[in-house]
Amino acid sequence: MEIKWYIGLAVALFCTGIVGVLTRRNSIIIFMCIELMLNSVNLLLVAFSKMHAASPIAQSMPNVVSDAQIFVFFIMVVAAAEVSVGLAIIVMMYRNIHSVDINFLNRLKN
Amino acid sequence: MSITEILFWVLSVLALVSAIMVVASKNPVHSILFLIVVFFTISGHYILLNAQFLAIVNIIVYAGAIMVLFLFVVMLMNLNAESEPKKNRLLQFAGLISGGCLFLVLISAIAKSTTANNVMQLGSGNSGLIKNLGMVLFNDYVIPFEISSVLFLSAMIGAVVIGKKEKAAQDGN
Repeated sequence: MEIKWYIGLAVALFCTGIVGVLTRRNSIIIFMCIELMLNSVNLLLVAFSKMHAASPIAQSMPNVVSDAQIFVFFIMVVAAAEVSVGLAIIVMMYRNIHSVDINFLNRLKN
Repeated sequence: MSITEILFWVLSVLALVSAIMVVASKNPVHSILFLIVVFFTISGHYILLNAQFLAIVNIIVYAGAIMVLFLFVVMLMNLNAESEPKKNRLLQFAGLISGGCLFLVLISAIAKSTTANNVMQLGSGNSGLIKNLGMVLFNDYVIPFEISSVLFLSAMIGAVVIGKKEKAAQDGN
């Protein structure tokens, strides 16, 4: 199978996430769309690693596939840490203004 | 059409439909459940690409931990379709158009490239298995692995500090 189908799928998922970030006003949904974009990029990285596994580069650099997948693993690690802090910020914001609407967040103070 | 390609198309259609439903559904709880479906289909793609370790980590970390965190937060806030913020129709339309433009630009840029026709290795190759990834992770990447534990510790402390009640923070100062 060619790489282009995986690129198309990842681009479609990424653009769905972008549309969600631009159109929704609920900050939790916006955060979920960012997670969707992160996951589409992870899928693309794994797909490219398997593309290089089938190419002559893999003979000269045997670790090239494992390196890409370790990179995806570290992206997941950072995403987990980011989600915990981001949700804590959303909960704090909800406690202060009793809403998750980002239209009320146009000021940093109060 | 081989079984791998059929599975690829089924998983892709399921992922795209669920991703659109994440954006389109009014109820935040439904959005979260659809996002869990997206993560499961992406795990299915990892299995198709023979990256079993990432498939399992994706299910455990994303579908298991992160989405449960989202569900807890949404249920704590008691959000539902009625509390959905009011939105501007024009802004929504503009967002849809700009996202579609980005999609078209990326797809047309990729369609011209010669790399797009490179063949992938599907369902074979053992570099994505836990044994190989573990050897690489604990030989070449052991320092970043340990540093990520510090990152987790700081994220945990940050979440606790941010999530504390405002009065307790003022008493502490």
